[in-house]
Amino acid sequence: MPARPKLSCRNLWKLYGPRAGELLRGGLPPPEGAIEAAGVIAAVRDVSIDIRDGEIFVIMGLSGSGKSTLVRCLARLIEPTAGTLLLDDTDLLRASERELIEIRRHRMGMVFQHFALLPHLTVLQNVAFPLSIQGVKRPAAEARARQVIELVGLAGRERYYPRELSGGQQQRVGIARSLAVEPELWFLDEPFSALDPLIRREMQDEFLRLQGMLNKTIVFITHDFEEAVRLADRIAIMKDGAVIQVATPEELVLAPANDYVEKFTRHIPRDKVLSVASVMAPGAAGSGEPVPAAARIAEVAEQVIAAPAPRPVVDGDGRVVGAIGRDAVIQVLLRQGGAP
Amino acid sequence: MHHRRRRALGWLALAAATLVLAFTDKDWLEAAGFDWAVDYPSRWELPLAKAVSGAMAWLLEDAAIGSVGFTDVTRGIAWAIEQPYRLALALLSTGFGGGATGGAVVPALSWLAVTAGVAALGHYARDWLLAAIVGACFLYLALFGQWESAMVTLASVLIAVPIGAGGGLVLGILAYRHPRFDRALVPVLDLMQTIPIFAYLVPVLFLFGFGPVSALVATVIYAMPPMVRVTTLALRSVDPEIRDFGVMAGCTRGQMTWRILVPSARESLMLGVNQVIMLSLNMVIIASMIGAGGLGFDVLTSLRRLDIGGGFEAGIAIVVLAVAIDRLSQALARRRPAATRQTRPPSILLRYPRSAIVLAIVIATALAGELAPALHAFPADWEVTTGAFWNDAISYINVRFFDDLEAVKLFILTWLLLPIRQFLLGLPWPWAMLLVALIAWKAGGWRLAAGCLAMAAFILVTGMWEKAMITVYLCGAAVLLAMVIGFPIGLLAGISPAASRAIGVVLDTLQTLPSFVYLIPVVMLFRVGDFTALVAIVLYALAPIVRYTAHGLRSVSPELIEAGVVAGCTRGQILLRIRLPLALPEILLGINQTIMLAISMVVITALVGTRDLGQEVYIALTKADTGRGIVAGLAVAFIAIIADRIVTAGARRARLRFSAGVTV
Repeated sequence: MPARPKLSCRNLWKLYGPRAGELLRGGLPPPEGAIEAAGVIAAVRDVSIDIRDGEIFVIMGLSGSGKSTLVRCLARLIEPTAGTLLLDDTDLLRASERELIEIRRHRMGMVFQHFALLPHLTVLQNVAFPLSIQGVKRPAAEARARQVIELVGLAGRERYYPRELSGGQQQRVGIARSLAVEPELWFLDEPFSALDPLIRREMQDEFLRLQGMLNKTIVFITHDFEEAVRLADRIAIMKDGAVIQVATPEELVLAPANDYVEKFTRHIPRDKVLSVASVMAPGAAGSGEPVPAAARIAEVAEQVIAAPAPRPVVDGDGRVVGAIGRDAVIQVLLRQGGAP
Repeated sequence: MHHRRRRALGWLALAAATLVLAFTDKDWLEAAGFDWAVDYPSRWELPLAKAVSGAMAWLLEDAAIGSVGFTDVTRGIAWAIEQPYRLALALLSTGFGGGATGGAVVPALSWLAVTAGVAALGHYARDWLLAAIVGACFLYLALFGQWESAMVTLASVLIAVPIGAGGGLVLGILAYRHPRFDRALVPVLDLMQTIPIFAYLVPVLFLFGFGPVSALVATVIYAMPPMVRVTTLALRSVDPEIRDFGVMAGCTRGQMTWRILVPSARESLMLGVNQVIMLSLNMVIIASMIGAGGLGFDVLTSLRRLDIGGGFEAGIAIVVLAVAIDRLSQALARRRPAATRQTRPPSILLRYPRSAIVLAIVIATALAGELAPALHAFPADWEVTTGAFWNDAISYINVRFFDDLEAVKLFILTWLLLPIRQFLLGLPWPWAMLLVALIAWKAGGWRLAAGCLAMAAFILVTGMWEKAMITVYLCGAAVLLAMVIGFPIGLLAGISPAASRAIGVVLDTLQTLPSFVYLIPVVMLFRVGDFTALVAIVLYALAPIVRYTAHGLRSVSPELIEAGVVAGCTRGQILLRIRLPLALPEILLGINQTIMLAISMVVITALVGTRDLGQEVYIALTKADTGRGIVAGLAVAFIAIIADRIVTAGARRARLRFSAGVTV
């Protein structure tokens, strides 16, 4: 994975309240307790994150944790109080209104929790809308819109109005609309939270399928830790406006930064998160069919448990790096849903 | 407790002093050299009316930027409004071409064509039922001989509504975009909605002269403020996610307004348009005082001739027209485009069947009109009139019940009107101002008291005090009576759903009648005078107190009532101890609305010879005396604002007290 960040923010703050800006003027960060003493609310607190090109970066937090404010700061829908924000080499916070409009028209897309479809337009018109705003001629805009509608599996519904569709279908329209301009950076603000659990699952699969084809840089907001684990390359956990930990799902489970993070990981099916590499005996030798180090425990559990002796573990190049035995797997399975 | 009792005693003493001061001889004041406190000396008056008149005259005669005079601007506006109006009038009533000698070259739309047109619109907007309703309304107009007048009125509504709605939309968008503009606009809108309509007829008359254009301008001014408010509110309540989407899609400010916000707020905006329509129709009669023809003019002339039948029929015709347009516009507002349209029909006629049929009728009746005039103009001998019936009914009542009516009138005059009048006129003005300030301070703090005092001072120094007191006396008496009558009815509607339905129908009818229509029968029964004005005001202002009382009682949380039942309350106790106290803020708001309606009606009752501010405005109107009209109009507006602010502040306090007691 390329290490170059697509979107990068440093010491991002968003304060609400009277004379909030003054608190940050004298250098960062303000002394402990100064914000509360001034009657100011910090919705985003000194956040520094790098979102890498082509990754799914999930920002996870409970309601009121500031995740929605953060993503809106990243898209500059909300003006941050302080900090820097770079998209590739462009300083988004210094960009003029004209430049921002251009960036949003061509390089960013966003999907909203409650779909935000325009009620007076049909599916086709909704999806073509961002293109028509840019001045793309109607036949070209509609042709492109039909392509993305097809992509999200809504072909045949072009003439429907949003209110005639189910929630899941409406969100497919929202997704299609945000993809119509082929953005590099794709924001999804709790896109599946308003959907029924069954539909949510289906949409998550759909989302992974799309990302497999499109390979966008994605900022995905959710309050559902399971969803985060399922979708994320990396997860940022937020509490009270601050990012507590940024890590892969596996690192979160293995090394939670504090009790707060650990509480979320407690109810996660660990066999689906942990890789073989994280529980194998490094350097040990095994016998029989080798298992890949990057595989999830859940994928290999059955064959490892059935095997009479530990299986060898091989890395991506086929070299043996260790072995995994029945006990290690059973350990993982037994610790499901309960903390050590 | 002790503290509270002492405070109550203080108020009691104040009330007693006020009563004594009002009803006793004030010779001693004059003897002591305080005669200025009894009658505000005219040498202290500010010549504000003259100043305003002078300014207007200057505007008309001398004001100019470069070579473009102010009169050129007003003439330009008048011309711009007149062109579409002429077109609409020609289309609906006079026909095209031809001159004073008569005989239009191209005839106006036939009654059949217009009726078919609105019915088709009804079908397009909703269904066959609506088509039948609006069709029937227009047939009624033809059948009862109101067609010609109704079309003149319709033409002016057709012009006033787009201007009012469009202008309101633009102002609303500006207010939404620029908070500073919004802050400046809101007080202006408040004032425009409280100034009696008569008051701005005068400057409009002065600027644009007597005629339909003046009437249109006044109508637009009257009908626009709600549209401005609705627009700002509707744009503000667009889902923030949709706004975010617009930003993320890269909309410019113009695209944001016209392609995202306005279409998303369409349904709320259409409610505003509906309000503009209803207010324009409300204005129909009053606008006829400065040159609008049509149904309003018919009502006004009937009223002047005391021809109850004619006035009633024209008044009902206005209601019928209002009902038809209201239903149509509401259906259009709610109309949602049909989804999933299939293949397009090949011919344009088949694609737009309704338009095709209407067009066919238009052409056919226009051509056939030469041969069979009945197809074009509704034949006079088919017309029906009920005028004679109403006239007979009223004279029958007058003859049969004269003594009883007189007895009622005398009773109310002696025991309600005269004492209140004597009280208000007898009160020395410094004492009255003190009372206003004290009550305002009690209800809403010193800021409110200062504002009320300033407004009362305006009335005083412009020399309007005595007339203002007569206005207050008429309104006060009317509000008192409306409460005595309306409160029990509201109570009944609040506790019995069946009664509520029946009462609702009556109130709806009362509220759709134009305010003038009330005057006619009342004048017939009681002749001109204060009592007639009182009855008309009570009828007009009754609805809110009933509605709000009923609504307040009904919206008490069922949990609280259950709590009362469980605690063993009788039904009476539940009503008196739980529902009524909790409904109090709502009831206060109803009283507030009743006061507002009473004040707006009091100006109209000037037509039946009261001697209050309304009369002042009315006289100014007939003499085209701008300054006098505006000053008197502002005085009425200030009375309304003082009452409104004090009652609203009181209601807010009551609400705060209860919500603190209930939710915490």
